[in-house]
Amino acid sequence: MSNYFYILWIPLLPLATFVLLGLFGRKYLSGISGLIGTASLLTSTILSFVAAKQYFFVDGKVNGVFQKIVALKYTWLEFSPNVSIDLGMIVDPISVMMLVVVTSVSLMVHIFSLGYMKGEERFATYYAFLSLFTFSMLGLILSSNIFQVYMFWELVGVSSFLLISYYFNKPSAVAASKKAFIVTRFADLGFLIGILILGYYGGTMDIGLLIERFTSASSAQYISITGASFLGASMLTWGLTLIFMGGAGKSAMFPLHIWLPDAMEGPTPVSALIHAATMVVAGVYLVARMFPVFSMDEIALNIVTYVGAASALFAAVIACTQTDIKRVLAYSTMSQIGYMMFALGISKNGGEQGLGYMASMFHLFTHAFFKSLLFLGAGAVIHKIHSNEMKDMGGLRKLMPITHIAFLIACLAIAGIPPFAGFFSKEEILTAAFHENKVIYGIALFTAALTSFYMFRLYFNIFWSKEASVTAKDHNSHNLAADGNNSQDNHDHGEGTWKMKLPLLILATCAIGVGFIPFSQFVTSDGKALATHIDLVFSIAPVVLSVLAILLAASFYKNQNDKSDKVATAFGGFYTAAYKKFYVDEVYLFITKKIIFPLIGQPIAWADKNIIDGFVQLLATTTAKIASLIKGLQSGKVQNYALYFFGGVVALSILFIYIWK
Amino acid sequence: MQEIPLTHILFVSTALFFIGMYGLFTRRNLITMLMSIELMLNSVNINFVAFNKYLFPDNLDGLFFTLFIITIAAAEAAVAIAIIINLYRSHQSIDVEDATEMKY
Repeated sequence: MSNYFYILWIPLLPLATFVLLGLFGRKYLSGISGLIGTASLLTSTILSFVAAKQYFFVDGKVNGVFQKIVALKYTWLEFSPNVSIDLGMIVDPISVMMLVVVTSVSLMVHIFSLGYMKGEERFATYYAFLSLFTFSMLGLILSSNIFQVYMFWELVGVSSFLLISYYFNKPSAVAASKKAFIVTRFADLGFLIGILILGYYGGTMDIGLLIERFTSASSAQYISITGASFLGASMLTWGLTLIFMGGAGKSAMFPLHIWLPDAMEGPTPVSALIHAATMVVAGVYLVARMFPVFSMDEIALNIVTYVGAASALFAAVIACTQTDIKRVLAYSTMSQIGYMMFALGISKNGGEQGLGYMASMFHLFTHAFFKSLLFLGAGAVIHKIHSNEMKDMGGLRKLMPITHIAFLIACLAIAGIPPFAGFFSKEEILTAAFHENKVIYGIALFTAALTSFYMFRLYFNIFWSKEASVTAKDHNSHNLAADGNNSQDNHDHGEGTWKMKLPLLILATCAIGVGFIPFSQFVTSDGKALATHIDLVFSIAPVVLSVLAILLAASFYKNQNDKSDKVATAFGGFYTAAYKKFYVDEVYLFITKKIIFPLIGQPIAWADKNIIDGFVQLLATTTAKIASLIKGLQSGKVQNYALYFFGGVVALSILFIYIWK
Repeated sequence: MQEIPLTHILFVSTALFFIGMYGLFTRRNLITMLMSIELMLNSVNINFVAFNKYLFPDNLDGLFFTLFIITIAAAEAAVAIAIIINLYRSHQSIDVEDATEMKY
């Protein structure tokens, strides 16, 4: 087994950058902080590609099966000889694949931000936070211990919180960051309990050992965890469901999705990195990491399937009605992650039946590229227009030709039009769904059509629709990115500098090309290569549906007309409900403000003030009273003290001479 | 010649000790208090010498102790008088009742 120790540098470089920029960035390095961050991440990216090449093409495969390699193991907290929390790094197909995805998307975002965030006052802080996030995400990917996963999981949450509230003088951004943090923290509570359940019954926190113990039906641990039951479900089901709850919180699955659309208050490149390509797929990654255990439990897998499918459909419907372009993309992200989730849910472990697993990972891989491209494109548009609203846009195809082409490619990719990347991964998911569960297949097909519709609604509204009218709105709003590069705008079609265009072009190339990677040769549930083929007859239905949806969107939005309004009126209440995001936020507010606050929060507050604080206060006042009674002894007179001293000596003498014999 | 019994000497040293103690508690003048402390120390010295002579005439340990105590008493007197002089400079008095700032 060869040495993978050098991948330790992949997360450590961003960490070093974070420390450097966090401590000295604003004072000494503000001019070059962006370049420092980008350069260190470039190194990480190169190392990731080296690792991927070494693993996939040189020595990862032994007898046709990709091995799980533990590159580093360090016993960190040892509670007893058998129970310890280790820090380690695991190298297997999905972790290497995620390394490549996270570092390359992060690198693109770093480069894009050089242009987008130029002139911001807290430029160095921004890059410090980006580095912190990249470090945490890479650490999460490489974790070999489920408790280590949890630690990095929380770090990722914190850095997401910091980046959402980057514009901290905007109240909405502050509220959004708090919402994101609290909702995901709530979900992480479930995750923690799930970890403790699995750790308690499995007797270890090590992921490899857990998988080994829970996947053999005859092991003592498996018998004990399936034997114990609570409220009618076995502890294995409970543990896995609670772990999935953590994953659903991070991945914005219904009903824990409410934070994701609000998280769009952060800078747009941050949305591209965190809320599209990397952090939100952490939940999918977690389920995939624990997949052999999940595959032992039918109920937990069904929960994953139906939550995923429901989220996919639900988010797609809402996305059709939103007018803020970043919110449309947010709901689209949620919908695509729903795809990945249910693809995992319908999968089995190993062999031909593991198609769903492979398809899910494939979709994660392609989605990262075209979704970050969509967000960066949207960022370029917002940078130009200084507005997130569709009604402020239109006709931008002439002003921003490169952005236009890149955005179109991304839209085609997400709509699943061959030969763009999304087509291949979506076909695999649909094939898996078709073989396993016809209901899910129906939902997936309908969602795919909806996806094409809302993506092209977005595309036509931004780049076609009415003619360009950006002059009035331009340069007078400063609440978004500072427009530090106006001078370049004039002789550059207003598209921003090459720093913003280069990532778009690279990602567009990826969105075209990555679908052709024979993914099933590399990433499968059991490490063996899986033969897949695109069945042309099978592909007809989704592609035709997508094309029809695109044509429908074109007829509605390509030129300004009232067809879309008429349809909206025809749907009536349903449209309004979808526009209001099906009132999920209102339900949450009702539950928290009307039920939790008065019935749980206030009694607890009362108990805290009167019982817990009261006890402490009682201790304090008693001490004070006793003190005021006996403080007269401290008279300040030397002779008194001498008297006490002699008194004490006499008393001790009596004690030791006459009493204590 | 009849020898003086040990008890007589112990009686003298006890009287000396309690005279010193009485002086320490009743006198307000710091110099007098210091003198009282010296009295008490000397009563201890007498005890050491007496016990050495009557119980272990072959050893000299008690005498050495006495010499040590006399040396240390001299040093202690120097320190105490330095303190008293400083107190006098700040309070214009060496009455112990006038220096009671260090109370509750």
